[in-house]
Amino acid sequence: MSSTATEPRERQVPPLGGLNPTMLRLEVRRVLRNRRTMILTLIFPSVFFLLFGLPRKGETIDGKSAVAYVMISLAVYGAMIGTTAGGAAVAVERSLGWSRQLRLTPLRPLAYVISKVLTAMVLGLVAVLVVFAIGAVTGTRIPAGVWLASGLAAWLGSLVFAAFGLFLGFLVPSENVMQIVGPVLAILALFGGLFVPLQFLPQVMQTIAKYTPVYGVGEMARAPLVGGFHLTGLVNVIAWTLFFALAATQLFRRDTARV
Amino acid sequence: MTSGQPLAVDLRGLTKRYGELTAVRDLSMAIESGEIVAFLGPNGAGKTTTIDMMLGLSKPNAGSVAVYGRSPRDAIARGEVAAVMQTGGLLKDFTVAETVQYTASLYAHARSADEVLDRAGIKAIADRMVRKCSGGEQQRLRFAIALLSDPRLLVLDEPTTGMDVEGRRDFWTAIRADAERGRTVLFATHYLDEADAYADRIILIRSGVIVADGTTAEVKNLASGRIVRATWPGADEAELRRLPGVDQVELRGDTVLVHASDSDAVARFLLTATKARDLEITSKNLEDAFLALTTDTAGAASTATTAGSQR
Repeated sequence: MSSTATEPRERQVPPLGGLNPTMLRLEVRRVLRNRRTMILTLIFPSVFFLLFGLPRKGETIDGKSAVAYVMISLAVYGAMIGTTAGGAAVAVERSLGWSRQLRLTPLRPLAYVISKVLTAMVLGLVAVLVVFAIGAVTGTRIPAGVWLASGLAAWLGSLVFAAFGLFLGFLVPSENVMQIVGPVLAILALFGGLFVPLQFLPQVMQTIAKYTPVYGVGEMARAPLVGGFHLTGLVNVIAWTLFFALAATQLFRRDTARV
Repeated sequence: MTSGQPLAVDLRGLTKRYGELTAVRDLSMAIESGEIVAFLGPNGAGKTTTIDMMLGLSKPNAGSVAVYGRSPRDAIARGEVAAVMQTGGLLKDFTVAETVQYTASLYAHARSADEVLDRAGIKAIADRMVRKCSGGEQQRLRFAIALLSDPRLLVLDEPTTGMDVEGRRDFWTAIRADAERGRTVLFATHYLDEADAYADRIILIRSGVIVADGTTAEVKNLASGRIVRATWPGADEAELRRLPGVDQVELRGDTVLVHASDSDAVARFLLTATKARDLEITSKNLEDAFLALTTDTAGAASTATTAGSQR
């Protein structure tokens, strides 16, 4: 480089507040290297499927393949853990002081948050694909349209947890945020019918479940399999996504104002 | 100011309060392009608070900040200014090279990762995980990151804290080699030898107020002359004060301390005309200037201020 520091030259602000493919690639690579995240997001759902889904080959739930039902539920579970972890990464990065370090770069705070959401969604996609792949390899057979529609619903619906993760990340500045919220996620997954079909739960729990954040994405993802379109589920997903996104935005504003 | 170029740093009337505490009080500072300035002061003097405001990391309660004529945020976004902070965190699960590549991707124009790793002297550990790097290596990684945009102003906040002697020397060698390209450098430190060895200009701060500002030589001269120290029970203070070139006399029990420009005359007097014994003559150094200017009562502040801070 021939320019020197004294030589004035046109210095520009990067486009998109600094958001770019290189940073996203490096972020995804870093997340995929994290052993704890990989175990929770990819190994656990797969093992659950092999333990609790596969033995029910031949059984049916609502007249449909029980194995496929469990597989889709666990794909949602994996995506949920992955996207929550992806969003909650802001907690780790705040506690380490990396966010402060980034303040000394052109990266805009909003661009940073968007990069976290995109990374979380990549992790969610990988989680869905891994569970589906194991399902397919072990003999789950459902129509191509169901694979696609259920997969997309599980993946896109997990945006609610990326927002939830961000909310947690700005709320709890701790490196251990995922350990802290682990039990909460398990209870939410239960209410979402990810471990046991909801109709096997007591009536009162079924009623409560409809208002919890995992319910919508679970129902939406299984709808292509069990038939029909789930309006209540869609409303649930949209409502909770908006709620967590707004809550995260409030905390984010407070955070950037304080620096 | 005469060149028509905007000032590298132009702080005017900065005040920062934290509740009851005023960390920085009506502070003004003008740094020209190309200067290497040491920002010196004891812990808690307001160095980091001032630097935070200079970089837009915190907002002053009063006053204005301009870096190369822009707001700090804008100057950072354009890569005009970069900083190595005491507290800036790094991600432990990136490698050294990944940390640099990630940061480089955020700028509109950046030097190559290889080039800055080389300049910071850490090319050999490019593939090492950050968590496995020593404190000094991590600090040089922060330095490498700061060089990415080829900034016109580099701000360093206590950059060598926690490094061993060799680490400090290597770090400063890298900074110095880099500064030859005409970069403006402002570094906060409480190591006097660093200020003495690497700065053209020293700004001394105490309790949020600039107490001295001038070239290294000027600041040293604020505490010029020598100190003659002797044991003299029942010393005659008035007589000492009448000697030529004596500007300060201090009695501590049986010990007299005489600050004088003509130490020979004082020594001759003490040893020939009095019962003084155990005589010692020491020259003042930057450390004395530092102590004099940062520990004395408020009165010292006004008398010690040189022309430099009046801009």
